[in-house]
Amino acid sequence: MTWAGVLVACASCYALKLAGLSLPARLLEDARVQRIVPLVPVALLAALIATSTFANGRHLVLDVRAAALGVAVVAVLFRAPFLVVVAAAAATAALLRLL
Amino acid sequence: MDSGQVSTSARRAVVRDALGIAIASGAYAVSFGAISTAAGLSLLQTCALSVLMFTGASQFALVGIVGAGGSVWAGAATAALLGSRNALYGLRLSSILDRSGLKRLVAAHFVIDETTAMAIAREAPAQSRFAFWATGAALFLFWNTGTLIGALATHLVPDPKVLGLDAAPPAAFLALLAPRLRAREPMAIALAAGVVALMCLPFVPAGIPLLIVAVLVALYGLLRTRA
Repeated sequence: MTWAGVLVACASCYALKLAGLSLPARLLEDARVQRIVPLVPVALLAALIATSTFANGRHLVLDVRAAALGVAVVAVLFRAPFLVVVAAAAATAALLRLL
Repeated sequence: MDSGQVSTSARRAVVRDALGIAIASGAYAVSFGAISTAAGLSLLQTCALSVLMFTGASQFALVGIVGAGGSVWAGAATAALLGSRNALYGLRLSSILDRSGLKRLVAAHFVIDETTAMAIAREAPAQSRFAFWATGAALFLFWNTGTLIGALATHLVPDPKVLGLDAAPPAAFLALLAPRLRAREPMAIALAAGVVALMCLPFVPAGIPLLIVAVLVALYGLLRTRA
């Protein structure tokens, strides 16, 4: 099941890349497409941050992940590199669990 | 590659930039390999994602949703939605990469944020093409090596939670989101999307709040285009 989902997702992402190179320009130059497509990653990434921080299954929870996100926000504000942001968040969660 | 038209010094500068981007992404791929493994994907599945999907945000979304207990199909749908921006990059690159046949099929795989940024930053088409291919090849190498290292290292850890790896995905999404928040509208959309996702969460299976958010932002975009 996981494999099927993984492969379908890979094929979809490749098809989208190829579509950009292959479809007639006027389809993708449509004002609605140009307007909506750049907004989708913003909304989805924000929703992913919210759900992966505050969800446990279908329950809303406040645990060490919220503190880890707080540390990540600070790291991003200081323009830390990607790996530093992620490692700082993971280390925060690990340390808080040790306490 | 029509690199014959590009001077050696220009080519060297491009390769230097491409390597810089690729090394940074390699580090980012290490965290992808770790998060994917911690989410329960096998080593082979993790590496397949980096080889075959090769677009960071989509990969993180899929493993993030699976790791949070969502279905792989919700993860796949979200990955595809996040990958839709690559179609617009392809549109911008299609005049530069005016190749048909096999070469275009390979080029398509490399159409991502970094290669697009590198290609459109050059003025001459030959330079753009060289920048695209150099960045794509370097990234592909480092991205997949990084993924493998991250996945192998995490396999050695009995419980990834001890390393706080379950708290890593939000930070990864945040680092991907931050550069897109330079204006007031994306800020407002991001806030609204986060709130809506949490409001839907208790009532639908994991992963579905993301699809609800995607539909709502598309409707918002549609209404605002006509206005």
